[in-house]
Amino acid sequence: MTLGLAGGTRSRRRIVASPGAWLVWGAVAFFLLSLLGVVGSVLVNSFGTRWFGGWFPEGATTRWYTEAWSDFGITELIFVTVEVSAAVVALSLLIGVPAAYTLARRDFPGKRLVYLSFLLPILMPPITYGIPLATVLYKFGFAGNLSGVILANLVPAVPFVILTMTPFIEQIDPAIERAARMCGAGLRSVFLRILAPLLVPGILAAGILVLVRTVGMFELTFLTAGPDSQTLIVALFYSMSSAGIRAQQSVDAMAVVYMAMMLTLLVLALRFVNPTQLVARVKEEPE
Amino acid sequence: MTGAPVASRPEAAPPPPRQEDPGLRHRLAERGIDRNLLLILPAIVFIVGLFIYPFLYGLGLSFQPKEGGGPFADYERFFTDPYQRNTIWKTLGLAIPAALLNVLASVPIAYRMRGRFRGKRLLTIVLVVPITLGTVLTAEGLLNFLGPAGWFNRTLLEIGLVDEPIRLINNYWGVFFSLIITGFPFAFLLISSYLSGIDPSLERAAATMGAGWWDRFRHITLPLLTPGLATTFCLTFVLAFSVFPSAILVGEPAGETRVISIAAYQAAYEQYDYPMASTIAMVMGAVELIVIAAVLVWRSRFYTGTTGGKG
Amino acid sequence: MKGQDQFATLTLRGVGRRFGATDALKNLDLEIGKGEFIALLGPSGCGKSTALNCLAGLLPLTAGSIWLDDTRVDVLPPERRGFGMVFQNYALFPHMSVRRNVAFGLRMRRLAKSEVTRRTEEAIQLVQLQEHADKLPGQLSGGQQQRVAIARAVVLEPSLVLMDEPLSNLDAKLRLEMRTEIRRLHQSLGLTTVYVTHDQEEALSLADRLVVLRAGEVQQIGTPEDLHNRPANWHVADFMGYRNLLRLTAGDKVGDGVRVEGSGLSLVATAVGGVPPGTPVLTAVRPEDLVVTGGTGAAAPNRIGATVEVVEYQGRELAVEARTADGVLLHVRSEQRLAPGDEVTLDVAVDRLLAFPEDDGDVAEEASTLDGVPAMSGRESAG
Repeated sequence: MTLGLAGGTRSRRRIVASPGAWLVWGAVAFFLLSLLGVVGSVLVNSFGTRWFGGWFPEGATTRWYTEAWSDFGITELIFVTVEVSAAVVALSLLIGVPAAYTLARRDFPGKRLVYLSFLLPILMPPITYGIPLATVLYKFGFAGNLSGVILANLVPAVPFVILTMTPFIEQIDPAIERAARMCGAGLRSVFLRILAPLLVPGILAAGILVLVRTVGMFELTFLTAGPDSQTLIVALFYSMSSAGIRAQQSVDAMAVVYMAMMLTLLVLALRFVNPTQLVARVKEEPE
Repeated sequence: MTGAPVASRPEAAPPPPRQEDPGLRHRLAERGIDRNLLLILPAIVFIVGLFIYPFLYGLGLSFQPKEGGGPFADYERFFTDPYQRNTIWKTLGLAIPAALLNVLASVPIAYRMRGRFRGKRLLTIVLVVPITLGTVLTAEGLLNFLGPAGWFNRTLLEIGLVDEPIRLINNYWGVFFSLIITGFPFAFLLISSYLSGIDPSLERAAATMGAGWWDRFRHITLPLLTPGLATTFCLTFVLAFSVFPSAILVGEPAGETRVISIAAYQAAYEQYDYPMASTIAMVMGAVELIVIAAVLVWRSRFYTGTTGGKG
Repeated sequence: MKGQDQFATLTLRGVGRRFGATDALKNLDLEIGKGEFIALLGPSGCGKSTALNCLAGLLPLTAGSIWLDDTRVDVLPPERRGFGMVFQNYALFPHMSVRRNVAFGLRMRRLAKSEVTRRTEEAIQLVQLQEHADKLPGQLSGGQQQRVAIARAVVLEPSLVLMDEPLSNLDAKLRLEMRTEIRRLHQSLGLTTVYVTHDQEEALSLADRLVVLRAGEVQQIGTPEDLHNRPANWHVADFMGYRNLLRLTAGDKVGDGVRVEGSGLSLVATAVGGVPPGTPVLTAVRPEDLVVTGGTGAAAPNRIGATVEVVEYQGRELAVEARTADGVLLHVRSEQRLAPGDEVTLDVAVDRLLAFPEDDGDVAEEASTLDGVPAMSGRESAG
């Protein structure tokens, strides 16, 4: 398995031939097949009539969707999900972008401490701070309603905006802001007329990433939502854990609705961000 | 020398003496404090109000047990009750192997897939899908896919590997698989991006000195990658450690996969014992931080400077 | 275009800026008259940019105050001072056309639309960019970008224009052109200007007065002639192109001069500052003041014999490195054709050989410059 000097096609042919490569590609193929199985079986089941044994159901139907739509109130769920996500995106950008700017540009006493406190919500399991947070929200009457769900979801969203925006801000030459101020622009004008237009790609990236994460955020919403403030993913969890009340296919239909929503967002997101950015904020060079 | 007319300097009469600045402005300037720092204030108010305060509140609550006893009574109850205490080991028993497998499997795969090849972006996108879909949906899919009549068992039966369906859901393995499905792409993408940050000419340089691929990987790439591996392990571990929905849905939430987050949830939402729930949440946070700290201490023993690449 | 907020004097009083434990700028006192062109000159890290940013308001002071006549301005934010600034890397707004870049400041002042248009067009015309007015900065060359930056600064008719090494990113030819351009603009608009540069040639050619800074402290303030012919200390001399700095010992007075000896040399120099007999002195002379005579002619007071070591062709002249019998390296400029190994005799006039007292402590730290390799002469750092 010795490679020649890393020369394009030659080394690639060698890699394909080596047993190590077989193992690697085998593992990848196995993983992708499993993934396909996981997603596919939900999809197939949601459109199937009866499925006892056999590779596929006996026939196809869309009645589970009609059933799920009325039984689970999916319209209402989607509405709540959109409301929560939109609010979280807007608020987290409003709070996070100026903070990211300050952290990227300025040095001040206690900066490290501030930075650490923004990192912690991302590093801690949501349940760990979600339970005390839910308790506090109950105390102040926020829990069980939309505002509580929004507040809880902001906790990881704001730090995420800060981390995503920082490299975008660092890319802008600080002299440009200084030039604007020397032209007589106040802080507000600098933000609105100079930084905002230049930061559009970063704001889009941060916004779309927060959107994807909020729609998919289970734990925090689960801990703080009341019956009227459930998002799609939480309602899906409830209907799954109370299995037997509804037909499995109906639950699957709801899962497919959720899946469609997430995949739409994903496609939208990939127009603005790199796939790796969806995972974590690690610097990656342009491909 | 220029022949430019030198502007006649005005006969500036010394300005009248004025009172000196109190100096506060100058002292603040020296510390880098001015009005523009107010921009960060909303974020600080936010993080204090919604993260630090609740956290401290929970910490305080954990020392005020509902059922009386000293301030540490709930901690005592948690650690003396094997049903509660064992949730720690059950969680670690799931999270550590899953995180290790995810990271260790990602390294050779990501190493093989360095550089460009056709379909790489597609592969990355496909890998992002399970992360995007999240654990709840993955659980739903696993119930169908790995169930006794699911495609997986059916394939094994057809090939003749097994005589009867093997039980892969509602036990440890169901949860483990769900951690792999969402965790592996996460680890893979992170490690890929760390790998792409290592300047490929370093390996080429080593090759010119006669190092074979194993030596190059072992002595050049791996040492430079190690800090990234540690970080990836931490993040993957955090993800696995907070396993909650899949432990309920595809696990055995009353037995084998009663992880610590289930214990915390039950205390809060089934027994309404918020002090106990906070106690468990604090223990959970502490255990997680201990593991992360251990990894980071181990990581600090390695070179963590530039890796020569653009990343 | 004449400045609207006119003033008679801009006064800097004890201006200082600390960063943590280091003083980037100490106790700068300066009075700038209306219409004057001041250059702040010094090597990198000397505090000249700090001084400019303090003036602009981009960096809060940690000591002192700044006054426009009787108005204190150092308490105002930069946007309220009414100064214009040209940045080293132009700092044009990348998302705006040339026209919108220039108009930006006028729009910030909420001037009437017609006036914005008129003054913008005037400014664009002034820097001869009419045909590029609708382009984005990224589509322009470096020199054109710098013109936009200048137009953007002067369109506001600021009471003071600040320029932060505006030419350092341009290539040599363009740098000369833009230098003339800046001088022309200054003469036609009469805008009070503070110009920061590390290039002594640039500063000498542009400024009415120069402020030489070193390690945050003012070394000398004076006209170009003052600095060129009468540097106040050896640091300034070093910076102003006195490439030969010889460490010798002061002797007795000889006429108007003083005898300096050491390393096999015995010369008569003009003392600058107190050089009591027996103290170490730094003797400075420019390469062009070391005249290659061939050893004939009347006996001059200062005659040095040396052997040519390195010859660099530089157009009409040669840059020559020659070494004396005792190993002292001398930089010489010569119109004569010389070759390595040639024996030469060098004459230097008493008033062109300056003897400075060695100052406290910081000689060692800059010892490298004494080996005949000045790290901070304009020629080297300009590149």
